[in-house]
Amino acid sequence: MSRHSSYRLTNILVAILLGLGSVLMLAPLVWMISTSLKTMEGVFELPPQWIPDPFVWSNYARIWEAGPLLSGIRNSVIVSLTVTIVGTVTSSLAAFAFSKLRLPGKNGIFLAILGGMMIPFPALMIPTFILFAHIGWVDTLLPLIVPGLLGNIMMVFFLRQYLHNVPDSLVEAALLDGASYPQIFWRLIFPLIRPAIAAQFILWFMAVWNDYLGPIIYLNSENVQTLQLVIANFNATYAIQTDYPLIMAASLVALLPVLAVFLIFQRQIIESIALTGSKG
Amino acid sequence: MSAVDAPPAGRRFGAGPARPVSGRGPAPARRTGTTSDLHRRERRWAAAFIAPVVLGFVLFAVLPFCFSLYAAFTNWNGLSAPTFTGLENFRLMMADDYFWQALWNTLFLMIGIPIGLSISLVLAMAMNRRMPGRSVFRVIYYLPVVTSLAAISILWQWAFNGDFGLINQGLALIGIDGPNWLQEASTSKPALVLMMVWKGLGFSMLLYLAALQSVPRSLYEAAELDGAGAWGTFRHITFPMLRPVTFFLVVTNIIGGSQVFTEVNIMTPNGGPEFSTATIVWYIWQKGFQNLQLGYATAMSLVLGLLVFVITLIQFRLNARNSFSVE
Repeated sequence: MSRHSSYRLTNILVAILLGLGSVLMLAPLVWMISTSLKTMEGVFELPPQWIPDPFVWSNYARIWEAGPLLSGIRNSVIVSLTVTIVGTVTSSLAAFAFSKLRLPGKNGIFLAILGGMMIPFPALMIPTFILFAHIGWVDTLLPLIVPGLLGNIMMVFFLRQYLHNVPDSLVEAALLDGASYPQIFWRLIFPLIRPAIAAQFILWFMAVWNDYLGPIIYLNSENVQTLQLVIANFNATYAIQTDYPLIMAASLVALLPVLAVFLIFQRQIIESIALTGSKG
Repeated sequence: MSAVDAPPAGRRFGAGPARPVSGRGPAPARRTGTTSDLHRRERRWAAAFIAPVVLGFVLFAVLPFCFSLYAAFTNWNGLSAPTFTGLENFRLMMADDYFWQALWNTLFLMIGIPIGLSISLVLAMAMNRRMPGRSVFRVIYYLPVVTSLAAISILWQWAFNGDFGLINQGLALIGIDGPNWLQEASTSKPALVLMMVWKGLGFSMLLYLAALQSVPRSLYEAAELDGAGAWGTFRHITFPMLRPVTFFLVVTNIIGGSQVFTEVNIMTPNGGPEFSTATIVWYIWQKGFQNLQLGYATAMSLVLGLLVFVITLIQFRLNARNSFSVE
C-alpha cells in the first residue's frame, strides 16, 4: 500500500516537472502565434503581451500580397507529392526485391548503396549542381524532383527490415498459384507492409516539405521558389521594416500543413519512429 | 572507392527495366517452364525492381563523387573549364583561417548533442511511467521536431532579439539582463545550440522511450530482489540496455551536426558576427555558389565527406561489441 502511494506521489511530481518542461517547449510556438496577430507596434510593447490587443487577423490577409506565398505553396506541394508518391513506389519495389527475390550479388549492391548514403548531401552538392546545370534544369523544380523519383535509400532500408518478418513461403505459394511478380507485390506484399509504408511516406513528405538547402541551391526566380525559400526571403525583406507580425504569420502558414499532418497521424508517426530506434 | 563496385552493378542490371516486359504477358503459362526459366524470370524482375534505386545511386552518388575527386584538384569558376592545379586547393585550405574557423564553429555546435541526449534520456525515463497524460507530453515534446526548420529559425531569430525577444523577456523575469544573442560573437553559438537542442529533443526522447519500454521487466525485478538502489539499477541495467540506441543517436546526430546549414543561414546571415556561426557546409555553400570558387569548395566538401566517413567508422569500431549490423 505504501509503495503504491509513493509511486503515485512520484507520478504527480514527475507530471508537474514534465508540465513545466512542456511550457518551455511550447512557449516559442505560442509566442509565434501571438506575434502573428499583433500590430507592428504591439510587438515592441514592454512588458510583452501574450494575448494580442487588438487581434490583427488582417496580418493573415496581408501575407498573400507581400510575397509569392501562394506559388511557394504550389511548388512545395508539387515537389513533395511527386517525390513521395512515385518514390514510395520505387522504394517499396526495391525493398521487395532486396528482401524476397533471388538475385546474385544483391546484398553486395545493397551494402554499396547503403554505404553511399553515408556521403552527406552537402559533400556532393557542387558536382550534382553542375550535372543539373549542364542539362539546363537549374531554376526549375526538376533537380528537387527527379532524384527522389528514383527512391529513398532510408525507406528501402526500413521496408526491407520490415519485410524480413513476412515469411518467404507466402511469396512461393503465390508463385505456385500462377501470380506474376508485380501481382505478388501489388496484391500481397503492398497490403502487408502498408503501415510501414504509410509511416515512411509521412516522414519523407515532411522532410521534403521542410527542405531548404536543395531549393536555395537550385532556385532563383520567384515563381519557382518553394515555400521554405519564400518565407526565408520574407524574413530577410520584412525584418528590416520590423514587420514581425507579417513574418510570423507567413512562417506559421509554412509550418501548419506539416504540423496538421503530424497531429492527425501522431500515433502512427510516433510508433514508426520508435520502431526505427529499436531496429537501429 | 565505392565507385569501383558500382559501375559493374549498373552494367549488369542496366538492361533490366526493358527486359521484364517480355515476361509480363503469358505469365501463368510459364509456370510449366523449367527451373532455370523460373529463376531467370525472378532475376529479371528483381533487377527491374532495384534498377531505379541503383540508377539513382549511380547518378546522384557515384557520379558526383567521382567528379569531386577530379574537381577538388582544379581551379574552376564554373564558367570556363577547370584547370588542374594539383594540391593547391588543399594548401589553400590549410592556410585559410575562415576554413578553420568554420570547422571549429561546426564542432562547437555539436556540444548540443551530449546536452540534448542527456535531457532526452531524463525525459524518456520520466515518461516511462504508468501515468495519465503521458501521450500528451510525448506529442508536446515531439512537436518541434516536425516543424519546418526554416520557419523555426525565423521564429528563434526573433526570440533571440536583444530588446524584445522572448528569451530576454524570460530572463528579465528572473532579473537577468540578457545579451543581444545573435549580434555578439560570444553568444551567437550558444544561442544556436539552445535552439537546436529545443528542436531535436523530442526525437531522441522518443527513441529512448521506445528502448526503455523494450527492457525486460524481469531484469528490474531481479535487481530489486538483489537490493539494487535506483542509481545501481540505472547504471547496471538501464544504461547498458540503452547503449545501442545511444550509439545510433550519437552517430546520426554527428552526421547531422556536421551538415548544419539552414538555421545558420537564416538566423545569422553572412556567417554571423565575426564569422562566429559559419559552419563548414555554410562556408562550402558560400565559396561554391556565392564566390564561384567551385574547385576550392569541392575540395572542402571532400574533406567534409571524409570527416563524416571517419567519424562514422570510429563509432562503428567503438561499438563493435554491441553487434550493430545491417541484417
